[in-house]
Amino acid sequence: METQIILLIFVLVLSIFLGVELITKVPSTLHTPLMSGANAISGITLVGAILSSGSSEIVTIILGTAAVFFASINVVGGYLVTNRMLGMFKKK
Amino acid sequence: MDTAILVNLFYIASSILFIVGLKMLGSPDTARRGNLLSSSGMLLAVLITLLDQNIIDYRYIAGALIAGSIVGYFAATKVKMTSMPEMVAIFNGFGGIASLLVGSAEYVSGTFDNPAFLGAIFLTVLIGGLTFSGSIIAYGKLSEVISGKPYLYKGQQFVNGILLLAILLVGINMLFIQGFISSEETLILLIVLAFILGILFVIPIGGADMPVVIALLNSFSGLAACAAGFVILNNVLIVAGALVGASGLILTNIMCKAMNRSLANVLFSGFGAAPDATAESTQEQGEVKPISAEDAYLILEAASSVLIVPGYGMAVAQAQHAVRELGELLEDNGAEVKYAIHPVAGRMPGHMNVLLAEANVSYDVLVEPDDVNPVMETVDVCIVIGANDVVNPDAKDNEGSPIYGMPIIEVDNAKTVFVSKRSMASGFAGIQNPLFFKSNTRMLFGDAKETVSTLVSEFKG
Repeated sequence: METQIILLIFVLVLSIFLGVELITKVPSTLHTPLMSGANAISGITLVGAILSSGSSEIVTIILGTAAVFFASINVVGGYLVTNRMLGMFKKK
Repeated sequence: MDTAILVNLFYIASSILFIVGLKMLGSPDTARRGNLLSSSGMLLAVLITLLDQNIIDYRYIAGALIAGSIVGYFAATKVKMTSMPEMVAIFNGFGGIASLLVGSAEYVSGTFDNPAFLGAIFLTVLIGGLTFSGSIIAYGKLSEVISGKPYLYKGQQFVNGILLLAILLVGINMLFIQGFISSEETLILLIVLAFILGILFVIPIGGADMPVVIALLNSFSGLAACAAGFVILNNVLIVAGALVGASGLILTNIMCKAMNRSLANVLFSGFGAAPDATAESTQEQGEVKPISAEDAYLILEAASSVLIVPGYGMAVAQAQHAVRELGELLEDNGAEVKYAIHPVAGRMPGHMNVLLAEANVSYDVLVEPDDVNPVMETVDVCIVIGANDVVNPDAKDNEGSPIYGMPIIEVDNAKTVFVSKRSMASGFAGIQNPLFFKSNTRMLFGDAKETVSTLVSEFKG
């Protein structure tokens, strides 16, 4: 168990550095789509929500199902609205 | 092959899609494909999770997934581009509450005695909760359901201190003591405290500082997902959450730099509410020189280089389409037209860029202050539309000004400056702008959209 947590912390630290490297050079023109696209990615908590709502205990199912609902708004809405915005960025 | 291994291999694949997708979001040419890649990573992660053997009942999952997708679809396709900041805010909030619910579900179903797990649950619920309530308040402020003014009260720091202490105590009880109050009571108390923290965190912040808050809440929603990843020991949540957390923090940092303020100053000072803010700069005012649209047209017609500086006022007046038309007419007339956009113009990072993109302005004529300031002397006419604080010369000249040191677009160095403004009321920071009194400045009073439309019809007629 402890080794698993250490491994996950390892993953966390590397991901943060990767995220910083990825984002630092984004031009300010794209800040809004970047934010809403990143926001959609944060809906990844949907994966956790699905696992919770598949449980056998009623309270967990209720909480998990509510989580699935909100997370899928976040995911679907976030990606669609980003796509819609990016579709408008054109060069002549 | 073992299902668990298979599932994890697919999680690695979706992490790669998120990373490459985010990378491609960094350039306008590839951004749309990047977003598609990232969304296919999400789809992959969700589909593979549904294969999990521990899932007993799929009915609720399917129902909630479909309902949420429908709501998300309609929200995303119906929203007006000018309402984008509040849309991003509310989506953020939904991500936060989802993480909170996941943390809570794990807490009530499990009997964890490992402080590391409980710590992760504590953080998930706390960050998720404050992201949710903070985003709701931000949504209210941006859509002007509640006042966008900074709200300060006496003893604010004291109340915040008490709140943080209470959260700390609940955390200690949750992680180490367990039993001072029951686990259900602990959870409910933690959720309530997290909500209050989020509200108190956003309510003192004024409208003009919203870009910082939105970026920060965005970061929090990622961190909440990340913490949820530690609760369910899931790699993909940690990777994706950390990426979002990092990107939000960088944006927050960029916004703070663009205002020459520290994050602590934005969060705790309630900018513009300080009573002595206006005292210093009210001196040395001259006369304001209004100009009619007809006269402005004559000057514009003779101009060979024009710089347009949009601000939040353009969004409020929905003037972006009229502005684009004016820009095209000026180009047809032989002038070089650029748009200078300050990083914090508007209500979220990149707000102006999105509005101009909506109006079909090519993104390669959008320039940043650093590109345009050195050549400002060569600009014949600068048209400021609904921007105020980001063009305030006090930021570089007046040490007593609250915005002193903030990088601005130095429009006062242009040969002529037109300022489109509804009235002489001061900007969101509540401070006077000496730009309006400069000898090369002319005021175009009235609604931004009407003013620009009049200019457009002068050109056509």
